[in-house]
Amino acid sequence: MANSYYDPADLRKFGKITEWSEELGNKFFDYYGKVFEEGALSAREKSLIALAVSHVVKCPYCIDAYTKDGLQKGITKEEMMEAVHAGAAIESGATLVHGVQMMNKYNKLSM
Amino acid sequence: MEQSILPEIKKAAKKSLKSRENELAETSRQLEILNGGIFADGELPFFKDKIAEIGQFPLRPQKLEILQINVGYMCNQVCEHCHVDAGPDRKEIMTRETMEQCLEVIRNTGAHTLDLTGGAPEMNPNFRWFVEEAAKAGIQDFIVRSNLTIIRANKKYYDLPEFFKKHNVHVVSSMPHYTRGKTDKQRGDGVFDKSIKALQELNAVGYGMPDSSLRLDLVYNPSGAFLPGDQAAMERDFKKALKEDFDIDFHNLFAITNLPISRFLDYLIASDNYEDYMYALVEAYNPAAVSNVMCTNTISVSWDGWLYDCDFNQMLDLKVASKVKHIKDYNEDILNDRNIIISQHCYGCTAGAGSSCQGTVA
Repeated sequence: MANSYYDPADLRKFGKITEWSEELGNKFFDYYGKVFEEGALSAREKSLIALAVSHVVKCPYCIDAYTKDGLQKGITKEEMMEAVHAGAAIESGATLVHGVQMMNKYNKLSM
Repeated sequence: MEQSILPEIKKAAKKSLKSRENELAETSRQLEILNGGIFADGELPFFKDKIAEIGQFPLRPQKLEILQINVGYMCNQVCEHCHVDAGPDRKEIMTRETMEQCLEVIRNTGAHTLDLTGGAPEMNPNFRWFVEEAAKAGIQDFIVRSNLTIIRANKKYYDLPEFFKKHNVHVVSSMPHYTRGKTDKQRGDGVFDKSIKALQELNAVGYGMPDSSLRLDLVYNPSGAFLPGDQAAMERDFKKALKEDFDIDFHNLFAITNLPISRFLDYLIASDNYEDYMYALVEAYNPAAVSNVMCTNTISVSWDGWLYDCDFNQMLDLKVASKVKHIKDYNEDILNDRNIIISQHCYGCTAGAGSSCQGTVA
């Protein structure tokens, strides 16, 4: 057993999740594949969104996968870092907007 | 990768493996790596077994369409990914005598495409004479693979765009990215600016313009341990960026996968990316690409006249499995009746949409 919760080599085994639940696994991978095809958004745009979300959900597998995917799509490191900032801004905004709740509660409780 | 190792690799990469006396300069060592490790362990399937699943082993040629001639390994650049291990220190140059033998074949071949490559083919002292003579054979598509910077490397090359035009040569040029940083990282400092200038000069004589019959195509190789993305999408991005930023036009972009041999193999191993890269190639294996891989319609000729199934097998010194092995004995019928030699590097040509010197194949 690996002495770490995350092993980079496990990413290669992602597809194996279907072995223990074939129908759901296949449905997931079909859906996943479809989502990232060219559509109203380009595959390039979706790759950047995926990279930003990967950081927000702090998934090391996803970060490896979508950094590589970005390189494959010719996405520059400047574009990648801006995408990460977009994710980080939403995440920090989500924290900070709760400051209003804190202010509301503070005001309600204060004389 | 340890940060401290990086500068060492960068420094070493300015010379060919051969001049560095790197163990990978020995093709037998490269083949040992490609046939051993994760393949010998059974972690990944051998290419032979993979194509046997679809009844394609042994791999056989179809009709010969492309005669690819490597006129020498000398080059003005030392690109990190180069599968030829080309550079200024390489002295292997095709002689006029071998060129004469090639011309005899060019005049009689059934192939519709003649493809000259190197090194920088223009550095062969007999290059212009050879092009003039070869152009007379009237082959339908006459390609010269030019690295672009050679056009700006020295005054004696400044007129190459006019020379290519005069002989109606189809120019295919490497351009790893439309940004300076990525291009220079792979191909060396200053390569981007020189390449841009060369492309503008090719455009100025009519190459690559939308309705022009003077064909100018670009080749994109990933600058690192990853596979090329969708060729059409990359072409769109390249066209938009090169037009907007530099007013450059070109016809098509060929996305070519880096094969794990020579300097690219050295890079993969030194950067600890070899296994992941081989996994990525095997995972992206596309059976539909197998029947169109370039070795099925190409013969590759080396600077000293030996014959190979492709340019990659040439660099691994895997000569054709035929009793005709040299240009001086060339016989298309005998050659076409052979088994193509394969190894694990071949996964590079069957990944995703496939890869060849003419771009994707599936």
